[in-house]
Amino acid sequence: MAGPNPASGPLLRAEAITKRFGATLALDALDLTIIEGEFFALLGGSGSGKSTLLRIIAGFDTPDDGRLLLDGADIVATPPWARPINMMFQSYALFPHMSVADNVAYGLRRAGTPRAEAAPRIAAALAMVGLTGFERRRPHELSGGQKQRVALARSLVMRPRLLLLDEPLGALDAGLRERTGFELRALQRETGAAFVMVTHDQEEALALADRVAVLEGGRIAQLGPPRAIYERPASRFVARFLGAANVLEGRAVAAGFDSTEAGATFAGVIPADTVAVALRPERIRLAANATGPNTARGVVEDAAFRGDDTLLLVRLAGGALLRVAHAEEDGAPPERGGGVTLAWDAADVVPLAS
Amino acid sequence: MKGRLAVLLPVWAWLLVFVAAPAAILLAIALAEADSGVPPFRLAWSLTGFATLAEDRYYLDAVLTALRIAAMTATGCLLIAYPMAMGIARAAPGRRMLLLALLMLPFWTGFLLRVGAWIGLLRDQGWINGMLMALGITEAPLPLLYSEGAMLVGMVHSYLPFAVLPLFAALLRLDPTLGEAAADLGAGPATAFVTVTLPVTAPAAAAGFLLVFIPAAGEFVIPELMGPPEAQLVGRVLWQEFFQNHDWPVAAALALALLLLLLVPIRLFQRLEARP
Repeated sequence: MAGPNPASGPLLRAEAITKRFGATLALDALDLTIIEGEFFALLGGSGSGKSTLLRIIAGFDTPDDGRLLLDGADIVATPPWARPINMMFQSYALFPHMSVADNVAYGLRRAGTPRAEAAPRIAAALAMVGLTGFERRRPHELSGGQKQRVALARSLVMRPRLLLLDEPLGALDAGLRERTGFELRALQRETGAAFVMVTHDQEEALALADRVAVLEGGRIAQLGPPRAIYERPASRFVARFLGAANVLEGRAVAAGFDSTEAGATFAGVIPADTVAVALRPERIRLAANATGPNTARGVVEDAAFRGDDTLLLVRLAGGALLRVAHAEEDGAPPERGGGVTLAWDAADVVPLAS
Repeated sequence: MKGRLAVLLPVWAWLLVFVAAPAAILLAIALAEADSGVPPFRLAWSLTGFATLAEDRYYLDAVLTALRIAAMTATGCLLIAYPMAMGIARAAPGRRMLLLALLMLPFWTGFLLRVGAWIGLLRDQGWINGMLMALGITEAPLPLLYSEGAMLVGMVHSYLPFAVLPLFAALLRLDPTLGEAAADLGAGPATAFVTVTLPVTAPAAAAGFLLVFIPAAGEFVIPELMGPPEAQLVGRVLWQEFFQNHDWPVAAALALALLLLLLVPIRLFQRLEARP
């Protein structure tokens, strides 16, 4: 995955952005830097503040406090129509009374771009999203995927340095998502614009973004490249949110980490302030007769075949329910109700400080 | 099919009894010959009524004046209705019902009472002239009442809700992200209104215009009570022909002509609506 050009500097800086809706704190003194030309994902559940942050960057909401710097200049007071930032809406927000070409031309007309210059730019934008020949169609004559492309073309024709995408794949069929995801990445590379995407889907964020910020309660719970966040979640919340890792409560001891609910000791590099450990389902293996730290015994409560693996729900001796991904190449999965011994590597134990 | 028939039967019965039958009677009277008697006509196959309409400019002028006043009324209503409807549609849901109720509140009093209230405000010894004179702004009362302006004020006030309600419904349905998308692409509020809000809600505006225009075109009471004496609107002329001149065939022909004339904007509106 090609990361952002390391030579490029910060494009947008959010400094201590705070936003309240009544008694609810939507954004809590949030700091964030978007680098020129990167694909950034704001990942979080509903109420995490991710959409509020996007709307503040676009200019539709005003923060109660904090600064928003674009190229070093504060744009908090700049209305949305004067910001060199464009947004692709989750509902696409295509103008229903205009043709595809007129939708794409809308921003150029507002900017007073001469017709001779606008026409080739519109054609190029439509070609970029593969909609050449659709110029005269109306939005209601388009499929969901086509509407999404028109919305993209309408934003990209403005040549923004920063494009905001609100749940860009959210309204698409499952089959279309993967392809559109790859196309989004290609468009991002092609245009060189920084893309900031809001999503609640961790797979989408991990697959598309160069960097991911996981939001929780109006704050950034963790920020980093997808692989780092996935492999090394910093908190219980991030571990659970990203791909349903097992989170086991306990306390740090001299030998590592003792978890009563697992009935196991986790050995590895465990800092003293560790309150829980995360263990990914695919890093746990069946190991007959293994004993000692980093092993546990349990009973298979249920099993679900998922194609390339089988998801086992194993009730551990300490009472915790562990999700275990049993790969197909490791042979037939154990029977439901059968006792199993599980083992994992010390390197796969992720200590969580909160 | 039976259920459909059962539902539509009352509708057709209503239309037959209260629209088709009166129209047929009107046509019969229009083709009759004027006579001094009770009723003041004799059934015939005469085109005298329609011929009189065509010969005397008076009737054409009355229709044109009425259409002009109705168009001004409907335009005035729309100009006031757009900001009102936008305000109501953008209010919090709880407030919205209150604002709608306030919009309808004047209609809880009788129509004539409201016209009477306007007369009380506008007449020479009325509130407005009284205030202007008390403040020393004017020496003598301004001739506010019995003017085209007074008539328009009365008509706009009376018909305003008919313009507000369809616009309100359309603006409520309007996707707010359309306005945001326009702003995002560089349109200021005024530009966004003209290029997005206005065209998207145009069918509702047309409906509001017609809902005001059509009854306003035949309006009789407000021109009679508030308008200038020389304003011969078709509603007043109809009244005169029926009840003063007792020329029922001409009056009926005029009523039919007005009816046919008003079908034109309705047809235009239907074609506009049928467009995707």
